[in-house]
Amino acid sequence: MRQIRGILGTGAVLALAYGFIYLPVAVLVLFSFHELKAPVPPFQGPTTAWYEALFADPKLMDALVRSIVIAVVSGLGSTVLGFLAAFGLARFRPPLAGLWRFLLLMPLTVAPMCVGIGLLILANGLALPKSLALVTLGHVAVNLPLAFTICLAQMGGHQEVLERAARDLGASEFRVLTRVTVPLLWPALFASFCLCFTFSWDEFIISFFLSGFDVTLPVAIWEMMRAGINPKINAAGTIVFILSLGLVLVGEIILFGRRRRHDRRVEL
Amino acid sequence: MSTATADLEAIATRRQAVRGLAFTGPAVLYTLAFFATPLAVILIASLYASDAGRLGGDPGFGNYARFFARDSLLVALTNSVRLAAITTVVSLALAYPLAYVLAFRVPARWQRLGIVLAVLPFWTSYVVRSYAWLLVLAPEGVVNGTLMALGLIDTPLRIAYSDAATVIGFVHFFVMLLTLTIFSSLVQINPRYLLAAADMGAGPWTAFFRVLLPLSLPGVVSGAFMTFVLAIGDYVTPAILGGSKSLVLPQAMFFQISRNGDFAMASAMAVVLMAVMAIAYLAAARWLRMDRV
Repeated sequence: MRQIRGILGTGAVLALAYGFIYLPVAVLVLFSFHELKAPVPPFQGPTTAWYEALFADPKLMDALVRSIVIAVVSGLGSTVLGFLAAFGLARFRPPLAGLWRFLLLMPLTVAPMCVGIGLLILANGLALPKSLALVTLGHVAVNLPLAFTICLAQMGGHQEVLERAARDLGASEFRVLTRVTVPLLWPALFASFCLCFTFSWDEFIISFFLSGFDVTLPVAIWEMMRAGINPKINAAGTIVFILSLGLVLVGEIILFGRRRRHDRRVEL
Repeated sequence: MSTATADLEAIATRRQAVRGLAFTGPAVLYTLAFFATPLAVILIASLYASDAGRLGGDPGFGNYARFFARDSLLVALTNSVRLAAITTVVSLALAYPLAYVLAFRVPARWQRLGIVLAVLPFWTSYVVRSYAWLLVLAPEGVVNGTLMALGLIDTPLRIAYSDAATVIGFVHFFVMLLTLTIFSSLVQINPRYLLAAADMGAGPWTAFFRVLLPLSLPGVVSGAFMTFVLAIGDYVTPAILGGSKSLVLPQAMFFQISRNGDFAMASAMAVVLMAVMAIAYLAAARWLRMDRV
């Protein structure tokens, strides 16, 4: 009797929690296929009309392409910088390593809005026009700590042994990096790229402050939203959502799968 | 040890240091240029007066004096602290049971899937997530539409565009974050402690309050800190879900920039915001250290 009550309690907590967590997501996706303009049940459809309207909207399509380009460039930038810093700190333990680590992690503790305002004032002072390049620079600044943390966590001892072996066999530092470290660490690098891509793809406030007339997708969605609920936004939101989810899952699976393989090797 | 080997070792150490700095340098320089410099600029700009988008006048604390003297601005600060505090408490109350169930009640092989599912939507766009809640709560949204179609209400309930809606949007986001931090604290606790407590005559509630809760406090406090700091610094959720009557600090900053073009005032407010975050950090750090003693 007690056990049954326990199972029921567990089930109730899980059902309520997952229900709450997935309610807005389910509503968004469901009503992007709804025939009526208002999101009122019962569901009628499915229709792909809102997706067609979305793909026929040149403003949103341009914003989508811009967002992808910025996410790719800033994802690569954060990952390369973060990886090099993690490699330098983990392998060579330079003087003041603690200070560099602290500095590199600092952006995690500051609201992106403050960074955005600072960059905006800086750009104004230097008479630089707002641009997508500035947005990209800002995204790298706030995503760099994430890439650095992921890469640092994956700098294991067994790779260091192989790197040392390569050095003993006469490989230059560059060769060690490209032929040993990067091939061994590519899952971490790829996962870091996926997460940085996602954060940049979703980022709003820095993009809003620093982009001029050419806006990114979250800013374009934002501007549409000022006019209230619109099924085209449901379709756009669903696409944004599915892309971020897919990339995060890919990153998770790669990192997790790697950890599992690694654990097994240690067991052997 | 001969001097020759000592010299060689010194050279090797210096080469290590140079290489380490060469690899770490680009990221450090980048962070200094595009993160530390903007923050320094904010700090400096907050001391000047803003005139049509240009900074001028003599340096002073005029903006701060104006901030704390103007009710509408000061209210934004108290609103921010209040909403972030409510969000933190409600999120904790909802996340703890979920983390507990995932850590102790769900069979081991489903645990991983359970926690991944519980935090998956955390990684999605906050603009889209807030909009999705608007879809649920708006006057012409799902909740009101359903209730009106069923004939239960005649006029839509005003849930959206209020502090309550902001808190719902926030809580949804931070329940996921807190579930993760509390879960990672709970799974590290040896279940035998609970058996030992039961053996010594503790009921389930005593065991929870005297054993489990204190041991899981590091995850609770670090998660609560992150929740408070991220909630108080967020512009998007209150801007989409909140009302236009009571603004939070990031919204007030946004207006200073987009409406008034007053970068100096916005900077001063950003400094106040960062100061509040620093205080929250110190409080959390102190709690954690006291807990360890």
